[in-house]
Amino acid sequence: MSTLLEVSGVSVSFDGFRAINNLSFRIADAEMRAVIGPNGAGKTTFMDIVTGKTKPDEGRVLWGEKSVSLLKMSEAKIAQAGVGRKFQKPTVFEDQSVQENLLMALKKPRGWLPVLSYRPSEEDLAKVATLADDIGLGDALLRKSGELSHGQKQWLEIGILLAQEPRLLLVDEPAAGMTPEEREKTTDILVEAAKTRAVVVVEHDMEFVRRLNCKVTVLHEGSVLAEGSLDHVTSNQDVIDVYLGR
Amino acid sequence: MNRSFVARNPSVLIFLALLALFTLGVTILSEGFGVGMVSTSFVKTLGKTLCLCLVAVAMDLIWGYAGILSLGHFAFFGLGGYMIGMWLMYERTRLIVVDALAQGQLPPTPQEVVDGIGNQIFGVVGSSDFPVIWSFADSLTLQLAMVVLVPGLLALVFGWLAFRSRVTGVYLSILTQAMTLALALYLFQNDSGLRGNNGLSGLQNLPGVNASQDVVSMWFFWASALALGLGYLLAAWVVSGKFGSVIRGIRDNEARVRFLGYSVEAYKLAMFTLTACIAAIAGALYYPQAGIINPAEIAPIASIYLAVWVAIGGRGRLYGAVIGAAVVSLLSTWFTGGQAPDVPLGFYTIKWVDWWLVLLGLSFVGVTLFAPQGIGGLFDLISDRLRPNRHGADLGPDQGSLREKEAQQ
Ligand SMILES: Nc1ncnc2c1ncn2[C@@H]1O[C@H](COP(=O)(O)OP(=O)(O)OP(=O)(O)O)[C@@H](O)[C@H]1O
Ligand SMILES: [Mg+2]
Repeated sequence: MSTLLEVSGVSVSFDGFRAINNLSFRIADAEMRAVIGPNGAGKTTFMDIVTGKTKPDEGRVLWGEKSVSLLKMSEAKIAQAGVGRKFQKPTVFEDQSVQENLLMALKKPRGWLPVLSYRPSEEDLAKVATLADDIGLGDALLRKSGELSHGQKQWLEIGILLAQEPRLLLVDEPAAGMTPEEREKTTDILVEAAKTRAVVVVEHDMEFVRRLNCKVTVLHEGSVLAEGSLDHVTSNQDVIDVYLGR
Repeated sequence: MNRSFVARNPSVLIFLALLALFTLGVTILSEGFGVGMVSTSFVKTLGKTLCLCLVAVAMDLIWGYAGILSLGHFAFFGLGGYMIGMWLMYERTRLIVVDALAQGQLPPTPQEVVDGIGNQIFGVVGSSDFPVIWSFADSLTLQLAMVVLVPGLLALVFGWLAFRSRVTGVYLSILTQAMTLALALYLFQNDSGLRGNNGLSGLQNLPGVNASQDVVSMWFFWASALALGLGYLLAAWVVSGKFGSVIRGIRDNEARVRFLGYSVEAYKLAMFTLTACIAAIAGALYYPQAGIINPAEIAPIASIYLAVWVAIGGRGRLYGAVIGAAVVSLLSTWFTGGQAPDVPLGFYTIKWVDWWLVLLGLSFVGVTLFAPQGIGGLFDLISDRLRPNRHGADLGPDQGSLREKEAQQ
C-alpha cells in the first residue's frame, strides 16, 4: 500500500513550550490508525498541523502520490485535497438542519459562484438520505442539528466528514460522552469508513481502541513513544509508566 | 428542498404583497396621483424610509446572516448618493448655464458652457475647475454605473485587505468605522472635489423634467418601492440555498467552514461587496428625495444607527431588518420633528427632541438584553415556532436531545 500522509521531523512550540517535538508519522491509503496518549500529549495539535490550522516551526508534511507539501496550503485547500476532520468538541452548525449540514459537506465545487447557483439534485438528496441512515439520523433529516443529543451530534459530524469523501479522516475523540451502545455504533461507522480510506482516530477509551482492532501510535510529550498492535504497545514499559499506569 | 423558491419562503411573498399594497395605498392618497390626503413631503419621508429599509436589508445580510458587524455600510449608502448627485447637479446646472448664455449674441462655445457650470458648482469652494472625479458627470449612464462601481470597488479593496489578514469581530467593526470616518473627513475638505461641507444640493429637481414635486416625489417613491422589492427578493434568494448555509456557517463557526473546504475569505468578500452595492443603490434613491447630501451624512454614527435598527427589528431575518428600519426611522422623524407631545413631569419637562436618542439607546439595550430576536421575534410567537432555548449545557448522553430548560418542561 502506498503512503498517503507522511509527517516527518515536525516540531512546534507555543511560547517556548514544545507541544510537538520531532514527530514523525505515516499512514497508508486504506488504513485505520488509533492515536492514544495522556492529556496534553499533542494529539490535537498534531491534527491542527495536518489540517493547516497550526504551522509547524520545522519538519515536513507530505500528501498523496505526488508528495505535495501541505504546509503552504490554506485550511480550505487542504480540505479540498481530501483531508477531513472531526473536532474534539462536536461542532456542527446547530442553527441548521441535519440535511443542510450534510448538503454543505457534500463533495461539490466549493467556490462561491457555483455554490450560489447550486440547487440540490434528486441524486444529492438521495445521497444525503443514505448518509443520514448510515449515521443513524435517517429520521432526523429535517430537524435542527442543535436539537440533537450529544451522541447524535458526534455522529452528524462523522457524517459531515463522510459526505466530503475525504481520503484521510482525522477523528478527535469521537466517543467522548457517548453511551456504551452509541460507542459501539461509532466503532462500526469508523471501521466501515476505513475500508475505503485512511482513518486516524484519537481516543482515550482503551475498550474503544481495542474494538477498532488496528495499529496504535502512542504519543507522549509531542513525539511517538511506541507504535504497533494494541497488545504490543500496552505491554511496553514506557507506555505503562506514562499513560496506562496512572 | 425541491419545492419552488416561493413555496419554501412564504414570508417573501407576504412581504412583497404588503409592499405592493402599501405602494398602491400611498399612490391613491398622494397629491400627485390621488386624492391628496398624504402630503408630498410625507410621500418623500415614506420614500426615503423605503430606501432606509433597503440598506437595512443589506446590513442584515452582512451582519445577521454572515456575522460581520460592519459599521461602515452607511458610507457606501452615502457614496451612492454622491454618485447620482453629481449627475443631477451637473445636468441641472448645465441647463441653467446654457439658458443664460443663450441670451448673448454669439452662441456659446462648449468650453464656455463647461466653465460656466464649473463656476456655478464650485464657486462655493473658491474654485471653478472640474476635478477628475467629475469626468463622467455629464453622462447619466456612466454616473449610474458609478453608483455601484465606486462603492463596490471600495468595499472590494477594503474587504480584501481586512479579510485576507483574518481581521474579525470587534476589530473588524472598528476598522469599518475608521474607513467611514476617513471617508467623511476627506469629503469635508474643500478640495475633495465634492464641494466640502456644502455637499451637493438641489438634488430633488430632475433636470429636463417639468413635472411638479407632487409627481416627481411619487416617481421616486415607486422607484424606491421597486428597489426594496427587488433587493428583498435578491437577498432572500441569496440566503435561501447552500450559499446561505455556508454564510450562516461562517457566522456560527468560521473555522469549521474552512475545514469543510470553503474559502471563508472569498465568501465574506463576496457578501461585503454585494451588500455595499445594495447600500449604494439605496443611497442613490434616497438623496434625490432628501434633496441634499453632505459629508455629515456619512458620519460614523450613521452606520451605528443602521446596526441599531437591524438589532431592534431582529437580525437574521430579512423582514426584521425592514421593520426595524421603518419603525425606528419613522419614530425618529416624529420625535425629532417636534410633533411628539412633551411630557411634563412637574419638576422637569421631557422634550423629545432632546430625549429621543436616550430613549432609542435604552430600547437598544433593552432589546439586546431581553429580546435578542427583536421585533421580528413577535412573529415567532404568532407562528409558534419559538426556538428552543439553548443556553444550557449539555445534559449528557442519557437525557436524549433535550437540554436543561426543555427537559423540565
Ligand atoms: N494554541 C495553543 N497555544 C498554547 N498552547 C497550546 C496551544 N495548543 C495546544 N497547546 C498546548 O500544547 C499541548 C498539547 O495539546 P493538545 O491539545 O495537542 O493535547 P491532546 O493530546 O490533544 O490532549 P487531550 O487528550 O487533553 O485532548 C498542551 O499542553 C496544550 O496546552
Ligand atoms: Mg485533544
